[in-house]
Amino acid sequence: MFKCKTSPEVGGMGHSVKRKEDARFLHGKGKYVDDVKLPGQLTMVMVRSPYAYAKILSINKDKALAIPGVLAVITGYDLKEFNLHWMPTLLSDTQMVLPTDTVMHQSQEVCAVIATDRYVAVDGAEAVEVEYEPMQAIVDPYKALDKNAPLLRPDKENQKDNKIYHWEQGDRNKTDDVISKADVVVKERIYLPRIHVASIETCGCVASFDKDTGKLLVYLTTQAPHAIRTIVALVAGHVGLSEEKIRIIAPDIGGGFGGKVPVYPAYVVAIAASFLIGKPVKWIEDRSENLVNGFARDYHMDCELAATKDGKIQAFKVSTLADHGYTDSSANPSKYPTGMFSICTGSYDYEHAFAELDAVYTNKAPGGVAYRCSFRVTEAVHAIERMVDKLAAEIGKDPAQLRFENFIKKEQFPYDSPLGWTYDSGDYKATLEKAMDMIGYEDYKKEQAEKRAQGKLMGIGICTFTEVVGAGPSKDFDILGIAMFDSAEIRVHPTGKALARFGTKSQGQGHETTYAQILAEELGIPYTDIEIDEGDTDTSPYGLGTYASRSTPTAGAAAAIAARKLKDKGKKIAAHLLEVSEEDIEWEVGKYFVKGAPDKSKTIQEVAFAAYTNFPEGMEPGFEATHYYDPPNLTFPNGAYICVVEVEEETGAIDVKRFVAIDDCGNIINPMIVEGQVHGGLTQGIAPAMYEGIEYDDEGNVLNGTLMDYLVPTAVESPNWETGHTITPSPHHPLGAKGVAESPTVGAPPAIANAIIDALAPLGIKHLDIPITPAKVWDAIQAHK
Amino acid sequence: MKHKITLTINGENVTSEVDSRLLLVHFIRENLDLTGTHIGCDTSGCGACTIMLNGQSIKSCTYLAVRADGAEITTIEGIAAEGTNHPMQKAFHDQHGLHCGFCTPGMVIRSIDLLKNNPNPTEEEIRWGISGNLCRCTGYNNIVKAVQQAATEMQKES
Repeated sequence: MFKCKTSPEVGGMGHSVKRKEDARFLHGKGKYVDDVKLPGQLTMVMVRSPYAYAKILSINKDKALAIPGVLAVITGYDLKEFNLHWMPTLLSDTQMVLPTDTVMHQSQEVCAVIATDRYVAVDGAEAVEVEYEPMQAIVDPYKALDKNAPLLRPDKENQKDNKIYHWEQGDRNKTDDVISKADVVVKERIYLPRIHVASIETCGCVASFDKDTGKLLVYLTTQAPHAIRTIVALVAGHVGLSEEKIRIIAPDIGGGFGGKVPVYPAYVVAIAASFLIGKPVKWIEDRSENLVNGFARDYHMDCELAATKDGKIQAFKVSTLADHGYTDSSANPSKYPTGMFSICTGSYDYEHAFAELDAVYTNKAPGGVAYRCSFRVTEAVHAIERMVDKLAAEIGKDPAQLRFENFIKKEQFPYDSPLGWTYDSGDYKATLEKAMDMIGYEDYKKEQAEKRAQGKLMGIGICTFTEVVGAGPSKDFDILGIAMFDSAEIRVHPTGKALARFGTKSQGQGHETTYAQILAEELGIPYTDIEIDEGDTDTSPYGLGTYASRSTPTAGAAAAIAARKLKDKGKKIAAHLLEVSEEDIEWEVGKYFVKGAPDKSKTIQEVAFAAYTNFPEGMEPGFEATHYYDPPNLTFPNGAYICVVEVEEETGAIDVKRFVAIDDCGNIINPMIVEGQVHGGLTQGIAPAMYEGIEYDDEGNVLNGTLMDYLVPTAVESPNWETGHTITPSPHHPLGAKGVAESPTVGAPPAIANAIIDALAPLGIKHLDIPITPAKVWDAIQAHK
Repeated sequence: MKHKITLTINGENVTSEVDSRLLLVHFIRENLDLTGTHIGCDTSGCGACTIMLNGQSIKSCTYLAVRADGAEITTIEGIAAEGTNHPMQKAFHDQHGLHCGFCTPGMVIRSIDLLKNNPNPTEEEIRWGISGNLCRCTGYNNIVKAVQQAATEMQKES
């Protein structure tokens, strides 16, 4: 276990210190984007398409403009004058900012109304007259592949069908060969439905262009402010918005989960509106706009898992059809159109694997964000963990036992996976054993046998996942060419207090506390004496932002290394103050002392003061350091989750009785915060497993676009989560940490699905796609009677 | 059409002319600049806009400002004196009952109301009691613990 090196007052790693950021949130003094109020600020409301696929015949602004207080109606034609009606996506596709002739999904932005007041803007939006000619939407991605399907993107040169790209990884022939000769092959088509992150704060911005200075300030709900600044400069550089004139401020953010990584069209329109009108323009998305635009998942995965008759896994193959909506606006690194999906071989040791994916266009909203997971890891983990359970059921082996027999062993790390990752560390056996002990696995097995004898439906589900988080390294990972490093800048003031700035942006993760703890660990300055600042591109160092559990693996590492640079400088100053040579100086947390004479010492605060007042001759004054950290590898957090459920045969009702989550995220900075992150991720795991899914009718209408029918779990649906840890430090991270906040979202859905399907196994039910609702269970029960 | 309304908010008397259709949450946030009350859904689904009105927690996003004429309102800014914490605020801090903070004001207000009617609730009563308020970050475990801590402390006080 991790042993704390610092006192609780200093609050370094391992201390569950209370969060520094809490006070303003608890007192209603958080500053979120909708709280920004600039002088002369206008409001923008979007007019959106009621159709999933339609030609726009005309847009009549007259009635809207006649309303007092409506200042402008901006259409695609207005933006076309500036060549701003289309924008590039992160993955070399193109997305409409505002349409000129066709709408491609329901709720697509059609035009924008700018008014003096929010209510007037809504009146204006209702008064805009748009004439549409509806067309038959393509909703089913398999139908998009039909030879006779209409071409959805004729605007793209060389686009002959509705395929966006084909991707593959691994050896198809060898994998097919092993599968064809295997004793046992289990197959399943697994669908991970479209879902939405539904952060409680929706998206929004306040764009403020100053015509006199030429400067653009944008308050924006973004997880990656620096990258956004560069993107704005790339998209709008030709109208004079060059990067030094652009300032993006990500204020307090009410949850991100990946949904605040993309550039949404309305952001660009608000910027354009402010640019044209010369006044600040605020746009705040309403909940339905939020739920209907953007999405995560939507992977249809055909899986085949081959094994010996004893259950030794030999090969895994997965062929996916990905529904991307009308454009590929996935928030993925450039060279990884399917993100980290090739982690799909899981926590198991076998040689052969092949994964391929075809992405297609449909008449749905674009998006392709993460929903609290590293790029496409949830899809990958769901595929392998469902198939491993299916194999266990097929050969009649206990699913825990099957996993133990196939795990990558502790001594095999670093482990090269069949699809090309180098897993850094883990002790999968110990993690699963701990989960089984904590929940009392064997007792539940006995109870299950007894219940089954009485005709009752009880299930136990396991998931032993491996995540892949913390991108870079920059040689492999970039966003629009910008390497995925991250940064920290530390300034220790003369009085020994510090200000540290980062290229990331917290959306609730608690950076103001944990980054201060990393610096407290390294420098011995109490965490309460260290201010943390992020999110303002004018003041913080460049970084790629917070998503994919990358803050601790990248910016956290940058903080540690920047602090070590300071410590090295401090050593020279301490030697000067203590009048000994540098080699005679030793460090213990918070002070330098003379080797063999511990009473001769200088605290870090004394050294900081000397850095400004009494530094050695020839030394550069000041006590500041910056580091841009480019990780040598990703980190591979892992965990073992076990879920126990009971299902009522008469109604299909599902009762989650217990859920134990053991995570191995390496060394832990703040156990309280890590546990809190795991709790939250677990609720965002049960959400898609049992409740959430964006549903469409055949016309492409979204059927559940409000929180009244898109079921975000409440405290009642969310079980009392039980958590624990094993600790296998990352060997390449300066702090031995790995990242954690997304592991539970990845690990929980298969554990829950496996438990429910295990409960239904006596009825002959072998698979159900998530969300597994009572209605779906009831239907399956009826079908198997 | 404008209406004159007079109400008390966080102990202060306010008189204002408002449109018939102005929602109370917008009146609070935009006219009075009390931005601690948040908007998450516009349909009473998420509870981020929860305030106390005449001693009861309500969702201010589906409540017209004119209807609040004569009411006594408390928002998150007014549940404790400046620089102090209500026991519920302290408990949310102690138990790590908040992450991004966006649902927090509504959740705290709702939890205070819950304890007013049921000073010593069971875990299940707490979970049902806050089920009109969504939190996307915490998984609710620590919010439940916070309400339990506040219940214990408030009972000691009374």
